[in-house]
Formats: sequence, C-alpha cells, structure tokens
Amino acid sequence: MSDKSILRVQNLKTYFDVHNERGEKAHLKAVDDVSFTIREGEILGVVGESGCGKSTLGRTVLRLEEKRGGTVMYRETDLFGLDHRELRAARKKLQMIFQDPSSSLNPRKKVSSLISQPLKIHRTGTPEEIQDRVDALMEEVGLNPLYRRRFPHQFSGGQRQRIGIARALALNPEFIVCDEAVSALDVSVQAQILNLLLDLQDRHRLTYMFISHDLSVVEFISSRILVMYLGKIVEIADKKDLMKNPLHPYTKALFAAYPDADPKNRKEDRMLVMGDVPSPINPPRGCHFHPRCPFAKPVCTEVYPGNTNAEPGHTVACHLYST
Amino acid sequence: MNDTLIVKDPTPFQEILHELSKNKAAVAGLIIIALFLLIGILAPLIAPKDPFAQEISLRKLPPFSPGYILGSDDLGRDMLSRLMYGARISMIIGVISVGIAMGSGLLIGVTAGYIGGWYDRIVMRLIDIMLAFPYILLTIVIVAVLGPSLFNAMVAIGVSQIPRYARLVRASVLAEKEADYVTAERSLGASPLSLMFLSILPNCLAPVSVQATLGVGEAILSSAALSFLGLGAQPPTPEWGLMIASSREFITNAWWIVTFPGLATLLAVLGFNLFGDGLRDVLDPKLRE
Repeated sequence: MSDKSILRVQNLKTYFDVHNERGEKAHLKAVDDVSFTIREGEILGVVGESGCGKSTLGRTVLRLEEKRGGTVMYRETDLFGLDHRELRAARKKLQMIFQDPSSSLNPRKKVSSLISQPLKIHRTGTPEEIQDRVDALMEEVGLNPLYRRRFPHQFSGGQRQRIGIARALALNPEFIVCDEAVSALDVSVQAQILNLLLDLQDRHRLTYMFISHDLSVVEFISSRILVMYLGKIVEIADKKDLMKNPLHPYTKALFAAYPDADPKNRKEDRMLVMGDVPSPINPPRGCHFHPRCPFAKPVCTEVYPGNTNAEPGHTVACHLYST
Repeated sequence: MNDTLIVKDPTPFQEILHELSKNKAAVAGLIIIALFLLIGILAPLIAPKDPFAQEISLRKLPPFSPGYILGSDDLGRDMLSRLMYGARISMIIGVISVGIAMGSGLLIGVTAGYIGGWYDRIVMRLIDIMLAFPYILLTIVIVAVLGPSLFNAMVAIGVSQIPRYARLVRASVLAEKEADYVTAERSLGASPLSLMFLSILPNCLAPVSVQATLGVGEAILSSAALSFLGLGAQPPTPEWGLMIASSREFITNAWWIVTFPGLATLLAVLGFNLFGDGLRDVLDPKLRE
C-alpha cells in the first residue's frame, strides 16, 4: 500500500429533489458535504445504517449520480469535468459491483455477452480475443467457462455475483466500488466472495471502496473504515484504531449494537441509542445525531461539528472532541 | 473438466413454448392462425379458381354446388377462392398495421420513458390527444384525409394503434430503467442508445408481444369495417369486409355470400385473440397457476 491517493473527494454533495409532507419542494440530502481520500491499494469500508447515503456516495464518486456540489478527483482528473467521450474512457478504470446480482445482470443476456459487454463497448480486441478473455475471466472468478452460454437465472446467487465480478474486472480497472456486494448472499457464500475479492485485489493491485451495513464484513475486509450518518461522515480511521477506540457516540453505538458470538463477552453496559433515524429531507439542526445522542451538549443542537483530528489518521466530527 | 455433466437448461423461449402448449385455448388459436397464414401464403396454388373470374350464368350458386364448394357470389365468382385470397389480404393488413403501430409505438415509448422530462411530457400529451378520439373515428378521419384505399386503411389502423404501444412500453421502461443492470451497464460506458434499445427494450417486450397478437386480430376487424364503409379495399379486391358490404342486399336470398366472409373474419380474429390471451397468461407470472 502506498500513500498516493487514487480518489480525492472534496465537499461532495448529492441532493435529490423531493416533496416534503406539506407538498413543498425540498432536497433529500443523500450525501451532504463529504470529503475523504482513498489511497492506492487500500480497502476503504463504508458503514452506516440504511438510508444514510452510503450507496449514493458510492454511485456519485463513479459519476452514476449527478452531484450538487464539490469535486471528485480520480488521480489528476476531475470526473465531473469530463465530457461524454472522456468519461467513457475513464470508466474503464472505475468499476462497480452491485448488491443484488439477480438485478444487476440483464436477464436477457447470456453470461458470455454480459462479461464481454465492457470489452465490446471499449473495443478491446477481435471477437476471438474477447472470447478468450471471457473464458479467462470466468476461470479467474471461479466459474466454469462451459457455462458461458447460460442465462443469469440458471445460476445460484453466489455464482451470479461471480459473473458481476468478472464483468467488473474485464477492463483491468484500478478502483472498484463494491456496493453491498455480499449482502444478498448466504453467510457461507459471503465468505467465499469476500476471499475472492481479497485475492483479486492482491493479484491486480486493486483499490476497493467497500460499502456495507454489515460491520463484521467491513471489519474483515477493510483497511480503513468510514462511518456515515444521515449523509455526513461522522468518523474515519484505520480499522484497528476504529475498532479499538471508536470516538463518535454513533460509532460507539454501532459497535455496541453488533452481536458477539462469544457469550462470555456479553456487553452488559452496552450503549444503546433510542429512536429512529431522522428524515434526511429535514435533518435536525446542529449535529444530526444530537436527538439520539446520550452525550449531547447545548452546542450540539445549534452547530454542526467540524472535523477534529483526534489522532493521526483518525478524524471525527463531534463536539466532544473539538477543542 | 471433460467428464462434467452438461445439462442443457431450457432457454426462456423454450420455457414459454412449453407453458403455451399446456394452454388449450392458446394452442387452438395458434392452429387457427397457422391455418390462415398457410392459406394466405399458398392462395395462388390452392385456390380452385381465379378469384376475379366472373361467370354470369353461374351466379349465386349455393354451397356444395359442383365446382363451387362454398357457392358463388352475385357475379358468379368462386366464394372459396375469394375467401382464400381474402385471407392473404387480411394477414398482410394485420402484419403491416401492427408493424406500423408497434414500430412507432416502441420508438416513442422507449425514448419518452428513458429520456423523460419535457420530451416525455410533450410526447405523451400528444399520445393522450390521440387516445381522446374513439379508435374507429380516428381511423376513419385518417383514411378520409389520406383517401380511401387498402394501403391507406392499413396506415390509418397502424397510426390509431400507436398510443397503446407507446403507453405500454413507456410504463415498462420507467420500471426497467431503475433496475441495477441499467446502472451497471451505464457504469461500463454503454451509450444511451444501446441502453435504450439493446438493454431495456428486450426486457419490455413481453406485454408488447401480447398486445401485438391481439392487435393483429383487431386490425383485421377494423380493416373489414373500413372496407365495409367503403374506406378501405376497393372492388373487386377480395377483402372480407368489402365482400360483406357489396353483398349485404342478398342476405335474404343468398345468405352464403354474406355469411362466409363474416365467418372467416370471426375465425381469424378469434384465433389471434385466443393466442394473445394465452400468451399473456404465460408471460405474466402473476397469472400463472
């Protein structure tokens, strides 16, 4: 792993136009003023509960959603400054693996045409070369190339996800966003797919942004973890740091809520949060977490906390740590 | 690797065929359609007489007369031969009208659904305006503008059927374009055109194929109606609707001249409707038992 950044995200905002309960126009701030960098060769885990904007973040950094503000720099290029042709070329190096492989694979296409699609779009070779490449990709992800003429519905969930991975790998990308890539799978299959992803990362020097709501998965695969709450990053740190010493009350609550298989480790004094996630259309004033935070101070209801560098490489957005 | 057992799974198409074969009404419809298609294609070979040849001395022969199995009409033409050529005309009408309607409807529906925004609003309001006219009235107006002929009748029927395809396809596209596979292919760099027509459209064709099958039957019926009104085929074309119109005054003394073209129309439309209904049951998993 090097310290060179592959993706630099600055003040990124993704809003959706919606109507609030009174029928007025409003913004759903799915991603609100988010900044972080992804270093070459690392696996950045993104955690948060449903609706916190983590999937939207993943899609926006690949420019699959239009942003409302901020920049996404892939190496030296501003992704949102590219025209259609340039963006198409850039997409070769930026890929995505989706949550539900049964919906992310076109049901009318055979495996061979699914995996060869990126190769054909970017005209990488003759039909024979493409055919060979498809076979090689299928073997690489653990699929029998004899199955190339089958349709996605003839495969199991895990195999389908392997097809999705083969498709994402086809153009030798550098950076892959895995959006809940294993959430739709059985636990045993999850482990196989996670190991496959780690193998591939090693072999092809890939960088992953791994989005999941499952802490155990993120803990297993990530080198750094980013915690999101209501469209904002609340904490970002190396995995070990974060697991050992979570700072933000939300992160603490998240870890406390995560069940431990060992009955001896029962968390009697675990921290619980009450209530539901507020609406992202109308988030609370001040810190978005203050209505549920047991440590909330008066200032928390007024001002959104800035980022504090608690330790080197460990950033938290909470008034408890601001100086 | 070589001793792997390769099981051939049925393709989706084979599955549909299998399901269809279990539906008796659909099979009956398919047989009727095949029969009419066959008669239409082979009409010049199997028709016993020239459909235009008049034999004034043998007018209004009743069915089962020697040489005239279904009798002859008021000008002494062989009914059976005329009905066979009529099948050919009706099949052509069905295919061309539905072709026009489906082609334009798909184009409008896919672009409106995918592009959305002001384009969608304008196009779909125009479609709504077309829907506001009763179907047969709209057809008559278009023929009246273009001038009465068989081909213009096909165009008119095709144009009046556009709205149903456009709406149907647009609705399916709206649902399909949110699917992950569209985002996935977009992230691979697929162009909007290939997304619209190569990715989304094939997934929207199930309801369209049902509509098209039913539409053929309806087009045959409409063209018969237009011809009956004098707005479609012109004499002496052996078109079923025209045959009914030009012989309706003989219904009391030579019933077969009016009845057989009517029966042929009924049977052909029935065939397409039965098959279309069966296809809908098979393609819509919610209706499957």
